[in-house]
Amino acid sequence: MPEVVIQAQGLTKEYAGAPAVKGIDFTVVKAECFGFLGPNGAGKTTTMNMVQGYSPRTSGGLTVFGMDIEKDARKVKARLGVVPQENNLDPDLTVLENLIIYARYFDIKKSEAMQKAMWLLDFVALTDKKDERVPKLSGGMKRRLLIARALINEPDLIMLDEPTTGLDPQARHLIWQKLRGLKKEGRTMVLTTHYMEEAAQLCDRLVIMDQGKILTEGTPDSLIDRYVKRNVAELTVPDSGPGKILSRLEGLDYDYEIAGDTMFIYCDDREALLGSVTGIAEGRFIQREASLEDVFLKLTGRELRE
Amino acid sequence: MIDILTPPRVGRRAIRVWQRNRDVWYKLYLASLVGNLGEPILFLLAFGLGLSRFVSEVDGMPYIKFIAPGLIVSAAMNASAFECTFGSFIRMTEQKTYDAIMVTPVSIEEVAAGDIMWGMSKGFISAVIIMPVFVIAGLMDSPWLVLVPVLALLVGLMVSSMSLVVTAFAPSFEFFTYYFTLVISPMFFFSGVFFPLSAMPAWVGRLAWFFPLTHAVNVTRGLASGNLAPSLIGDTAWMVVFTFVMTWVGIKLIKRRLIK
Repeated sequence: MPEVVIQAQGLTKEYAGAPAVKGIDFTVVKAECFGFLGPNGAGKTTTMNMVQGYSPRTSGGLTVFGMDIEKDARKVKARLGVVPQENNLDPDLTVLENLIIYARYFDIKKSEAMQKAMWLLDFVALTDKKDERVPKLSGGMKRRLLIARALINEPDLIMLDEPTTGLDPQARHLIWQKLRGLKKEGRTMVLTTHYMEEAAQLCDRLVIMDQGKILTEGTPDSLIDRYVKRNVAELTVPDSGPGKILSRLEGLDYDYEIAGDTMFIYCDDREALLGSVTGIAEGRFIQREASLEDVFLKLTGRELRE
Repeated sequence: MIDILTPPRVGRRAIRVWQRNRDVWYKLYLASLVGNLGEPILFLLAFGLGLSRFVSEVDGMPYIKFIAPGLIVSAAMNASAFECTFGSFIRMTEQKTYDAIMVTPVSIEEVAAGDIMWGMSKGFISAVIIMPVFVIAGLMDSPWLVLVPVLALLVGLMVSSMSLVVTAFAPSFEFFTYYFTLVISPMFFFSGVFFPLSAMPAWVGRLAWFFPLTHAVNVTRGLASGNLAPSLIGDTAWMVVFTFVMTWVGIKLIKRRLIK
């Protein structure tokens, strides 16, 4: 049995009577990367806040490293590394000072902190910037520094809240590369994201949340198998309507969905799927493999969340 | 949700927060010290020299000697009030420094306590830096002056904690305008720094008893002149009780604001 790092049972959070997380159960084990996916307002960040001891739970059970986060907050927090959604680096300090002063909150000795900080700056490719003040860094650099800061206490559990939101593709890929490196070292990670590609790249296991509840749980591949067909055709709805295409798929196992001006057809049989639209698809047409995004949209719907 | 009556749990880690603020201050301390010196001297010159021609003596001393002690504690008050309103508010909201520290082994109560301790230090620095100037200028000469730094610590703690209570309720920076206009400035002018309260209408004197600064001014003036009346014990006790309550409430309210 792998060692359990986080165990939540019936975990519930209400803000002034309004439920944000409605009795969720999940378990995170050692050395895995566990993801929380969900649209805005799903309860991902609230769940993270409860695990970090930032937000006391309303009811239910929650243990981290086998301890109650509210009773043993200090002991738990000493072993946590937190990468917050919003930058909270210290803008009054330089890059290096941010790490050194953060280390002091963990009672790490100055000489040791210096050694660790230099190593971490190298790890996140910020050594050149060590004497720069934080406001001068780009968004990607700030995020890398946040990751370095979260590692200063050699945490047993790293919590990342939307680690690449708002970054350009180059910065995002560099961060993924660093996080995969940490995973290889056997670190336990929990992350929230609404980028499906991020979840597919990093997570061993994930849950999809919506409106405070966990809708499903599994590996990225198993979720695709369970909820959608292997292949997808995406096309502009023909003027004549979807009828003709669907009649060609008769007898096959398929699903379809119409959202605005776009039609999505899901089918395991790629040849049949392509055949069904030949000569009909006008305007935009894409055939691709199903992704986590299809699972996500199927489970949480296409309405905007604000 | 947070029981205001249970004592705040503050441990040694509050020092870590104090150290963080000190390290930031140290980067710009020269500019900060010049500011600390400038303002009290400006008031001393403007009022002391300006009014000396019209007011020869107050309570048996030259006017400029009368106002000097009050300016020392006022300097402490201003420095602490600024630090624990604007300073703390920026750290709590815009910079999210509190949020960053709260996920480490330092608790939110310790963050608030560290900020109050830092506000106290700023008040102390402001008071202590101006003292030698006043002593050299011959405005104060009692041996009891050695206790003024201790008093500055108390005044710094008192005003810092009181200011953090205000910060715990502040929705935005504008809110502090009310605090400075309605609380800090009236205290500066009606706590007996510039005019003896006995010369004011009786109701002003009665109202001034509720101003923390009044008691601080009474005690510094006693220490500066060596004229130690027994009533100073009452003044000190007033400040100690007020400081204790404000520190307790301030820490709890910051916790209530940040823990959701």
